Amino acid sequence: MTRTGSTSEDIAVTTMSTQSGSSTPLMPPPALSQKLKWSNGKIAVVLLIASEIAFFGTLIATYIFYIGRDINPPYPQDVLEVSVAPLKVVFNSIFLLASSIWIVLAVKALAAGKKAAFLFWWGLTILFGLEFLVGTGFEWYGMIVEDGVWMGTNVFGSCFYTLVGFHAFHVTMGLIILTLIWVLAVLGKVPPRQIEKVDLISWYWHFVDGIWIVVFTVVYIIGN
Amino acid sequence: MTVVQQPLSPAGRVPALSRLHEWVATTDHKKLGVMYVTAGLLFFMIAGLEASLMRWQLALPNQSIIMPDDFNRLFTMHGTTMVFFVGMPILFGSANFLIPLMIGTRDLAFPRLNAFGFWLFLLGGLLLYFSYFAGQGLQGMGSAPDVGWFAYAPLTERTFSRGHSTDYWILGILLTGIGSAMTAINLVVTILAMRCPGMSLMKMPLLVWILLVDFILVVVALPPLAAAQCMLLFDRSLGAHFFDTQAGGSALLWQNLFWFFGHPEVYILILPAFAFSSEIIPVFSRKVIFGYPLMVAATVAIGIISLGVWVHHMFAVGLSPLVNAIFMGSTMLVGVPTGIKMFNWAATMIGGKIRFHTPMLFCLGFLCQFLLGGLTGIFLATVPFDWAVSDSYFVVGHFHYVLFGGLVFSIFAAIYYWFPKVSGRMLSETLGKWQFWLLMIGFNLTFGPMHVSGMLGMPRRIYTYHTERGWDLWNLLSSIGVLFQIAAVSLFAINIIRSLMKGAKAGDDPWDAWTLEWSTTSPPPPYNFKDIPVVHSRRPLWDLKHPDDPDWKYE
Amino acid sequence: MLIGMVNFANSMLASLIASIPDPGIPSAPTPTMFNPVGAPADTILDITWLLVGICGLIGLVVLAMIFFAVIRCRQPKGDDTEPAQVYGSNPIELAWTVIPLLIVFVLFMVSARGIFDIEKTSPPDGAIEVRVIGHRWWWEFDYGDFATAAELHVPIDEDKPTDIYLTLESADVIHSFWMPQLGGKTDVIPNRINHLWLQVAKAGTYVGQCAEYCGNQHANMLITVVAQPRAEYEAWAANQRREAVDDRAVAAGKHIFLRTACINCHTVRGTVANGTFAPDLTHLMSRDTIGSGIARNTPNNLRAWVWDPQNIKPGCEMPSMKLTREEVDLVCAYLETLR
Repeated sequence: MTRTGSTSEDIAVTTMSTQSGSSTPLMPPPALSQKLKWSNGKIAVVLLIASEIAFFGTLIATYIFYIGRDINPPYPQDVLEVSVAPLKVVFNSIFLLASSIWIVLAVKALAAGKKAAFLFWWGLTILFGLEFLVGTGFEWYGMIVEDGVWMGTNVFGSCFYTLVGFHAFHVTMGLIILTLIWVLAVLGKVPPRQIEKVDLISWYWHFVDGIWIVVFTVVYIIGN
Repeated sequence: MTVVQQPLSPAGRVPALSRLHEWVATTDHKKLGVMYVTAGLLFFMIAGLEASLMRWQLALPNQSIIMPDDFNRLFTMHGTTMVFFVGMPILFGSANFLIPLMIGTRDLAFPRLNAFGFWLFLLGGLLLYFSYFAGQGLQGMGSAPDVGWFAYAPLTERTFSRGHSTDYWILGILLTGIGSAMTAINLVVTILAMRCPGMSLMKMPLLVWILLVDFILVVVALPPLAAAQCMLLFDRSLGAHFFDTQAGGSALLWQNLFWFFGHPEVYILILPAFAFSSEIIPVFSRKVIFGYPLMVAATVAIGIISLGVWVHHMFAVGLSPLVNAIFMGSTMLVGVPTGIKMFNWAATMIGGKIRFHTPMLFCLGFLCQFLLGGLTGIFLATVPFDWAVSDSYFVVGHFHYVLFGGLVFSIFAAIYYWFPKVSGRMLSETLGKWQFWLLMIGFNLTFGPMHVSGMLGMPRRIYTYHTERGWDLWNLLSSIGVLFQIAAVSLFAINIIRSLMKGAKAGDDPWDAWTLEWSTTSPPPPYNFKDIPVVHSRRPLWDLKHPDDPDWKYE
Repeated sequence: MLIGMVNFANSMLASLIASIPDPGIPSAPTPTMFNPVGAPADTILDITWLLVGICGLIGLVVLAMIFFAVIRCRQPKGDDTEPAQVYGSNPIELAWTVIPLLIVFVLFMVSARGIFDIEKTSPPDGAIEVRVIGHRWWWEFDYGDFATAAELHVPIDEDKPTDIYLTLESADVIHSFWMPQLGGKTDVIPNRINHLWLQVAKAGTYVGQCAEYCGNQHANMLITVVAQPRAEYEAWAANQRREAVDDRAVAAGKHIFLRTACINCHTVRGTVANGTFAPDLTHLMSRDTIGSGIARNTPNNLRAWVWDPQNIKPGCEMPSMKLTREEVDLVCAYLETLR
C-alpha cells in the first residue's frame, strides 16, 4: 500500500497488455495486513458515546452562552443550592461517581466468574445511581415548588432543566439497562462469556458519570 | 420494488402479501438499500413537483397563481425534503447496498438496527408530510411548515408560527436524524471491522473511504441539530425561552447551532457524489484513479475543515470583521482539497480510453456543473461579495449547481451504473442519453439565470416581484428550464419501469469493472458471496482479469 | 385531509380573483450591484471583478483538462485494450495542492482588506444617522425627531457623497436591510443592534428590499431610498417634523378614523392616534407608495387598501375594518389631507 509513494519519482507508468496472455508465473501477493482488533460492539459504543458527547456538548455550549445574559430573575445564584447547601449536590454527585467504581468491580467479578460478587456490585451501582436520581428529584421539587422556577420562568430555567433533565434522562435509561442485566443475571442468563457486552454497558455508565462532572462544573460552579 | 424482487426468487410466484411481508420485515442490506433509494426517489419527485409549482408562480411578475403562505410552505417543504428525505436516504441506501458488497462481507454489523434506521427515516418523512393534513390540529386545515428549511428563530417560535406545522417539521427531522445517526454508526462499524481478508484501509475502494468520512461527519454533526431541535421543541411546547427573543433568548444561537450541523450536512450530501464519481470515472476511462492516497487525504481534510466553516452562512448578521475574516479563510481553504479532487478526476480521464456510456455522461455533467458551483462557492466565501448577494437568487443558483448539478447528476450516474447489479437488468442507453441531454439543458437553463437575477438584486424566497425590477427575463428562462427537467425525469421513470419489465439481462459484470460487487451475481444472492473473497489490491477484479500484471505490484 | 385540499383550492381561486393594483415605484432602476453609487458598493464590485478573473481562470484550466480528455481520450472503435495505468504523480499532485493554496492566500488578503474597509463600527464624520426598525412587513425609519416608513430620504451635496449610517433593530423576527447599489446587506435581528454603512454619491431614487425570509409577505417588504439635493431634503424634513394637518373640511373622515381600531396601530401626531405597530401616518401623503412599496400612493389605490388590504397584500397584519363604501371615502378624504 505504500508503493505509490516509493515508485513514483516521476510518473509511475505501467503499460498493460490484455492480449499478452503470457503465462508468466504469478508473483506471490503481498502479505495480508492485520485487521483491527476491536469488536463490532466496541466500535459501535465508542461511536455512540461520541455522538452523545456532540449532543451534550451542544446543550453545554448553550448553557455557557446564556450564563449572565438572563434579563429576568431569578438568577442562578438565587436558586442553585451550591452557595447555600453545597453538600446536597456534592453528596449526590459522589454517589453517582462512586457507582462508576462499583461497576468496575462488578465487571471484574463477572470476568472472574464470581456471580454473587457480580450481583452485589452491580446492585450497588444501581442503588447509587438511584440515589442520585432521587436527589435530583428533591432538588427539582425544591426549585419548582418552593422557588417557583420552571422552563418558562426565564432563560436560566430553560437551560437548567434541559441540560440537567437530559442528563437525568440518560441516567434513567442507564438504570433501566442495568436493572435488566441484574435481573437476567439473577436468572442466570449472564454467563462470564458475555463479559464484553456487560463491559460495554459499563462504558456507557462511565460516560454518563463523566459527563456529569462537566455538567456539574458548568451549572453549579461556573454558572453561579 | 416488487418487480426488482422477481429475479431474487425465480422459483415460481410468491403471494403478494408474503412478498410484501418479506420487504417490510427484511434486515437484508440490499433490500433496505433498494427501499431507501426508492423512497428517496419518490420524495425527489414530490420535491420536484413543489419546485415546479414555485417556478410556475415566478415565471412572470405579479402573478397570483399561488398565495404567499402556500408559496412559503412550498419552498420550506422543497428544501427540507431535498436535504433530509432525498439526499440522506439515497446516501444511506446506496451505502447500504454497496458497502458490504464492496468490502466483501455478507451484511452490515447490525442488520436489525439497520432496518430500524430505515423505518425511522420513513416515519420522519411521512410525519413531515402529514403536516399538510394536520398542521392546524383538529380543525383539519392543511398547513405545512412555512419557516424555511433552516427555520430561523424567532420565526419558529409560537408567537410567529401558530398551529403544529413547525412541530411536525421538528419531529420529522428529529426522528430521521436519530435513524441516520444509528445507520451511520452501523456503517462505520461495518467498514472498520468487517472488511474481507487483505483489504487494509488503504486498499478500500475510494467510495468506501469517502463514505467512511461521510458517516463520521453524520455521527458528529447530527446530534447538535437534534439538541437544537429539542430546545426549539421545548420553546414551543413547554414555554422555554432558548430562541425567544422577547424574553432574552438569542436568534443568533439558533443560527450557530443550526449551521454547525448545516454546513457539515452540505458536505455529508456532496461526499456521496465524490464517492460515486471516484468509482465510475476510472471504470469508464479504463484507468486506475489518479493519486489515490491524495484523494483519501483530501477527503479527510474536507471532513475536518467542514466542521469549522459554519459562520460563512452568517456573514450578514453583523459579526465582527475579525470573525468574518477567519471564517472566510477557513471556507476558502476547503476549496483546496475539493480542487485536488477535481484535478485528480480530470487526470484520471486524461490518457484513458473513455467510453461514453450514460453513467459516464452524468459524471461529466457532474464535473462541469460542480466546477461552476464550487467556483461560485469561492465567490460567496469572499465576505464583501457575500454581503452583496447572500440570501439572493445567486445563492440559490450556487447551491443548486452544487447539490443538483453535483449530487443529483452523480446520483443518476450511480443509478445507471449500479442498476444492473441491483436488478440484474440494463437500463436503456438511448433513453438514458436523452435524459442526460434534456436534464443538462433544463438544469442550466433553470439555475444559470438565477445567478444573474441574484446579482440584479432579487432576494430568495419571495413569492412575487414587480416588473420594473428588471428580473422578468431571467425568471422566465428559469421557469422554461423546468419543462426540460420534467421531461428528463419522466424519461428516467419510464426507463426504470421499462427496464424492470423487459430490460436486457445484465450479467455479473456489464461494465468490465474492478471492484468486488461485480464479482458476484446480478442481483447478488442474499448471502452476497459464496466464499468470502480475499483481495490484494484496490482493484481485485483487475488482478483477476490481468494476472500477469496485477495492481498490487504498483500500489 | 379533504378539508385541507378544499381549502387549498379555495385559496388558489381567491388569489386569481384578487385585484392587483398598479404596481410599484415609478422610474426606479433595477437594484443591480453592477451600478454602484457609493464607496462600499464600489469596493464590492471591485472584489467581484477580481473574483471573476481568478475563478474564471481556474475554471478555464479545469474545463480545458476535462474537454481535452473528452475529445482526445475517447476509446477508438474496435480497440478494447486497456490504456496505460497511471497511479499518480507526486510532483503534479504537489503542484495542484500548493498553487491553489497560494491563490487562496492572495484572495484572502485582498478580501480581508475589503471587510475591514466596509464594516464600520462607528459613523463616519458628517454621516446622516437613522434608526431602522424592521417590522413584519414594513420598514420604519426613525430620524430622531420624526419617523416615517418605507421611504428613506437622504440629502445629497454637490461636492461629496453622503454617508448613511444605519442602526438596525427588529420589532419581531429577523429581516435584512439590502440596498444593492449603496452597499452590502446586514441582517436586522431582534434583541440585537446592528449597524450598516451605506453611501450614495448621486441624487436619485434607489430600491431594495428585505433579504431575510420573515414570513408571509417577505416578498413585499420593499425599501426605497430617495437621495435629494440638501435644500429639498431640508424642506421635506421640516414638513415631517410638523404635526398633522387638521383640516375641518374632512372632520367626518377624521372622526371615523379616530373611533376605529386604526389608532391602535397607527400614529397621527396631533391626534389621539399613537399606535406603534404600523407606519406613522402623520405625513402619509408625502410618501410615493403605500403598503411598504407594494403600490403607488394614488387615491384609487388608497381606497382599495383601506377597503381591504388583504386583497392587495394578502396576509399582511392590517385587517379590513369592514367600513362601508361611504366611510372608506370619508376616511380616505381625511388621509389625503395628511401631507
